[in-house]
Amino acid sequence: MAITKVCGIETEYGVHVDTAGDMSPTTASTLLINAYVARLDRRVGWDFEDESPGRDARGHAREGSMPPEIETHLVNAVLTNGARYYVDHAHPEYSTPECSNPLEAVVHDRAGELVLTRSMEAANRFLPPGEEIVIYKNNSDGKGNSYGCHENYLVDRAVPFSRIVHELTPHLVSRQVYAGAGKIGEEVPYAGQVTQFQLSQRADFFEEEVGLETTLKRPIINTRDEPHADPQKYRRLHVIVGDANLAEVATFLKVGVTALVLAMIEDNFLASRDLRLAAPVAAIRSVSRDTTMRTKVELASGDRLTAVELQWELYDLARKYAAERGVEALGDEGVARRVLDRWETVLEALESDPRSLANQLDWVAKLRLIEAYRERHDLEWDDSRLAALDLQYHDLRPAKSLFARLAMERLTDDEEVARATTEPPETTRAYFRGRCLQRFSSAIVAANWDSVVFDIGEESLRRVPMMEPLKGTALHVDTLFEGCDTPAELLRRLGS
Amino acid sequence: MAERELKKRPTTSREATAAETEAPATTERRDRLKAEIDDLLDEIDEVLENNAEEFVRNYVQKGGE
Repeated sequence: MAITKVCGIETEYGVHVDTAGDMSPTTASTLLINAYVARLDRRVGWDFEDESPGRDARGHAREGSMPPEIETHLVNAVLTNGARYYVDHAHPEYSTPECSNPLEAVVHDRAGELVLTRSMEAANRFLPPGEEIVIYKNNSDGKGNSYGCHENYLVDRAVPFSRIVHELTPHLVSRQVYAGAGKIGEEVPYAGQVTQFQLSQRADFFEEEVGLETTLKRPIINTRDEPHADPQKYRRLHVIVGDANLAEVATFLKVGVTALVLAMIEDNFLASRDLRLAAPVAAIRSVSRDTTMRTKVELASGDRLTAVELQWELYDLARKYAAERGVEALGDEGVARRVLDRWETVLEALESDPRSLANQLDWVAKLRLIEAYRERHDLEWDDSRLAALDLQYHDLRPAKSLFARLAMERLTDDEEVARATTEPPETTRAYFRGRCLQRFSSAIVAANWDSVVFDIGEESLRRVPMMEPLKGTALHVDTLFEGCDTPAELLRRLGS
Repeated sequence: MAERELKKRPTTSREATAAETEAPATTERRDRLKAEIDDLLDEIDEVLENNAEEFVRNYVQKGGE
């Protein structure tokens, strides 16, 4: 039986400084995060002890491959909701806490947007009039520079990595039909075509099928092997190929269907249908460039399918899987049913009338807006007003955001999103991390995904390991915290 | 071989029924959408960055990840 697909989303936000001065994006990102955490009693830093992003899931490092580096000198904070908020390269990055089901991930992804929006408001108060930091939730500047939105999924270590590569790639290539955030034009030429609009912000930037890199020669399947959990039992699959979505339905399907496909791979349920692609890198680009849903991609078997047909194949297997094996791996039965039902209706609509999804999917919403605006003002596709519209779709300022003006379908409500900026999910170890920070932040020296380090005035620091992502939940630790007034008492009760 | 089999999808009974009964509702929906988008475009004309060309040119990011 597949293990619960604990998941999380890391988003690097675009940051633009509208100023006469010369503030660097790194300085702007630092200011954003410091302005946000300034209101906390005491900032708790990130502990880098167990970070090893250069480790490769294939068990070796490829010659010439470049392991990512962690910049430990940049600002890095852990929030009371269990999230990590930090400066990564020249971007503010928000990693949601570990969530146990896809809907929870949507709530925490939206909470991340709210944290960034509040940061922007707080930071801008420090700036002289006329200067402003603006944040965008997108993945490209339209000039060949991309920044990521990565998903993470807990996977059983026993699953051979090669099976993940073979069976997940067709899904990652085809899921763009609902998970793409949409983009005007192209940043990498493809097949001599002129591209007016494509489904994905990111498809242009993928050059390899498998690899360790995230900034150069980006691979569809990333092999970073850094489980942040018991390495004997778990793998954390780091999916770097996705777009940052604003539409909740898109995020829900992106995470929900991927989790479901991974559960099927783990239970070896996809072996009966070989969906391997003949040329995944070419396929991801051609799928991204087709807003009509008619382009076919070639499978290794010689079959030719559209991306939607590929998704139907996976969907049919998923229904069968749900009936035969159950869907506990998605963390919540009801949420899993909603993933399956929504997946079905969205695929149907993509086949019959993609435009009918304008209130559910980012790329459709954006394309509809661009087409209507273009028609009204009689603009060419390369008019900068359309490029501006594309960018401004992702603007997080409430007064400027075009996304916020659309009547997009919600799966969350404002109250639960606001709560998720301070409250951790109750069903993963993020709960323990968050509660520790809420209750005893002054005694916490550092925290990271798999431990919390306390200083209770003794000679040595005390590290509480959290190697099981599904332990430390409200069910496990609420009684532990009850009537516990000091961090020393908490540690005594933990027996550490 | 498989290509023919795979075309079965668009003609499922579920979709055929939907297509038959959907026509008037679709027209109505389209009219409503048209009105909605007209309002939206008015609003966009107001909030879209003034100098689009400069705005787009100045939006330069460093690569990330």
